[in-house]
Amino acid sequence: MTEAGTPTPARRRRQDPLIPAGPVRASAHVCMAAGCLSMQADTVFDSLCERVTARGLTDVAVKRVGCLGLCAAGPLVAVPETGRLFDRVAAGDDAALDGVVDGLAGGEGGRPIATDPFFSHQVKVVLEHCGQIDPERVEDYVAVGGYESLTKAVTTMTPAEVLGEVTRSGIRGRGGAGYPTGLKWTTVAKTDSPHGKYVVCNGDEGDPGAFMDRSVLESSPQQVLEGMAIAGYAVGANHGYVYVRAEYPLAVKRLTTAIRQAEHAGLLGPRIADTSFGFDVEIRIGAGAFVCGEETALIASIEGGRGTPRPRPPYPAASGLWGKPTLINNVETLASIPTIIGRGAEWYSAIGSGKSLGTKVFALAGSVVNTGLIEVPLGLTLREIVFEIGGGLPGGGKFKAVQTGGPSGGCMPESLLDMAVDYESLAQAGSIMGSGGMIVMDDGTCMVDVAKFFMDFCREESCGKCIPCRVGTTQMYGLLDRITRGLASRDELAELESLAGMVRDTSLCGLGQGSPNPVVSTLRYFRDEYMAHIDDHLCPAGVCKMEPREAALAAGEVAP
Amino acid sequence: MSVLTLTIEGRDVAGQTGHTILQVARENGIPIPTLCHLQGLSDVGACRLCVVEVEGQRKLFPACVTTIDEGMKVTVNSERLAAHRRRIVELLFTERNHICSVCIADRNCELQDLAVAVGLTHFELPLLSPQAVVDATHERFGIDHNRCVLCTRCVRVCDEIEGAHTWDVMGRGTEARLITDLGIPWGDSNTCTSCGKCVQVCPTGALFEKGRSVAEARHRRPYLPYLVAHEGRTR
Repeated sequence: MTEAGTPTPARRRRQDPLIPAGPVRASAHVCMAAGCLSMQADTVFDSLCERVTARGLTDVAVKRVGCLGLCAAGPLVAVPETGRLFDRVAAGDDAALDGVVDGLAGGEGGRPIATDPFFSHQVKVVLEHCGQIDPERVEDYVAVGGYESLTKAVTTMTPAEVLGEVTRSGIRGRGGAGYPTGLKWTTVAKTDSPHGKYVVCNGDEGDPGAFMDRSVLESSPQQVLEGMAIAGYAVGANHGYVYVRAEYPLAVKRLTTAIRQAEHAGLLGPRIADTSFGFDVEIRIGAGAFVCGEETALIASIEGGRGTPRPRPPYPAASGLWGKPTLINNVETLASIPTIIGRGAEWYSAIGSGKSLGTKVFALAGSVVNTGLIEVPLGLTLREIVFEIGGGLPGGGKFKAVQTGGPSGGCMPESLLDMAVDYESLAQAGSIMGSGGMIVMDDGTCMVDVAKFFMDFCREESCGKCIPCRVGTTQMYGLLDRITRGLASRDELAELESLAGMVRDTSLCGLGQGSPNPVVSTLRYFRDEYMAHIDDHLCPAGVCKMEPREAALAAGEVAP
Repeated sequence: MSVLTLTIEGRDVAGQTGHTILQVARENGIPIPTLCHLQGLSDVGACRLCVVEVEGQRKLFPACVTTIDEGMKVTVNSERLAAHRRRIVELLFTERNHICSVCIADRNCELQDLAVAVGLTHFELPLLSPQAVVDATHERFGIDHNRCVLCTRCVRVCDEIEGAHTWDVMGRGTEARLITDLGIPWGDSNTCTSCGKCVQVCPTGALFEKGRSVAEARHRRPYLPYLVAHEGRTR
């Protein structure tokens, strides 16, 4: 129901789109991704339906779509026919709602999408259908060419040809490490398994500030399912699992709907496209442990065990879920597959640069005007992303650093703004591509505090299995805490650096091995801030509360 | 089963396909410190003490789960490895309460032996000193979580040898704790068979038999004929 006193027209169920019987002249796409939904986009949708009906516009459609990208300015409504985007269409804001209806009736208003720098620098492959289709209607996905790639693959290509296409596209794992996807697929395909193989979609996105996988699953779930089925065909697997975190209830709901609808339509299940190939998908909901994004921990979690990593080899490609060869790919990687098969490897590999081909989705967050979801060709510079797409810092704030790669990533300073965003450059700069979180920080940020924040995260999310990660991160957090309180000595800083190296070298899984990265990278680019805390007993950004040294001395907390 | 040849610590040695670096090293009398490993139980690669260097590879490899390759050149002792091992043992000592002089396992403790072996003379890091509990509800045994190093030998021996799976781990990070069944007191567990295998495999004084004094707390490994029980000590 909508607000009290405004009855919903009886002929239309609450969530049904408003679709005119005749030809459509204009349509309103109302963003229903988590960000806009949290600002009552569902009420906006209902109000628009009512107003359009009240105005007697019989050739106008109103539909629910996935993420439109510019999350900072939600709730968003796009009118693709006129190429305009209406932002901040708040529920109950009559002027804004009427503005949209005017726009639908042929009036001006909103901002032009084509010339807006936020949109014009983007190249959409993974997000191609996000904001175009209703994520809960398989008809919408099929109408934009969905499942054509799967049909093409299973009816006109051999599995080896699919593998070849993916390999030649040059796509690398979008979950963080950047392992060549074609190589991974080929390894699984070549492993003999008389008792089946599995395809697992890793949707356990847990980096602070990252929401790429969530948006894709919420906005175009069928695309991920199609990618999984194509992967299954290529590697010889008939079962797939999507592992999603319980914190993403909307993604789980839409995915459940998508699986049911795809099975109903015969797009998943036995005998896809009248061939002998069958593929079914199940959802597994994670309990919210960050470490379950690590592939061996994820497998343990699907099997019903405690989510702890195990040493590799054997890699899941050889022995994964229930000991069977298992292909694990990130949501974004799998969502790229239908386009790669549909348009061909050459088309895809023409995007990007060097060894980093294709596009990457980033969740732009922090001190940036256009917070939101973006997809850019790899090789764009940080400056282009932060200042042109992101629109710079709000209120003319001064840029200080940009953090990529979440708790295993690093902070890059202003001097690296012209660096190209690709796997190699980021690694060289001491960060990682990661899953796509990108947090912009202004000069009101204390870098020691940032390092402490991420270390606190790693300490809490450590599974507790191996000693370096379990105790090492806790001890590093303790040292960082002392630095931010103005109690640490130079010896303790040296201790911190030595611990960082040891935790990186000896931890069991990527979570532990990557956990010192925020410390190491901030020490590399912002060492003077650490020294100011230690030597001068002050926090240059004014964030950390320094404890009086005399009192600490008296309490025996610092060395004289 | 074919035989592979490799070099460990500069010595040419041979081992069977599928054997681990640790197995081959021990067959040849080359010591590698371990803690979570116990022959006869599955390996989990958790303590990271057995990490070794392999020529041509930047990362370190846990010897207990890394299988040998033809022509592999393994370094067991280097300055870097020694520093890392000392740090790992130091981290363990700082994590909970490992004050030997008041521990039942004093002089019968693998953690103590390790400290001696890696040359740990003092701690540079602060003690975390959590307030962990002692569960003495079982009629014959007890567990002092303050002494536990989470090696999970007890979990594995209970699951793999006794077949009871009474023990497991819950919690994350330094909050991780051993639990009996679904976190109930040990004495209330109806899966525990009171076989005592967990007590015998515990490397420290965390699991103990009631009524034994310090001098009597020596672990009776021959009690476990299914394990190659005499091999465990690292000294």
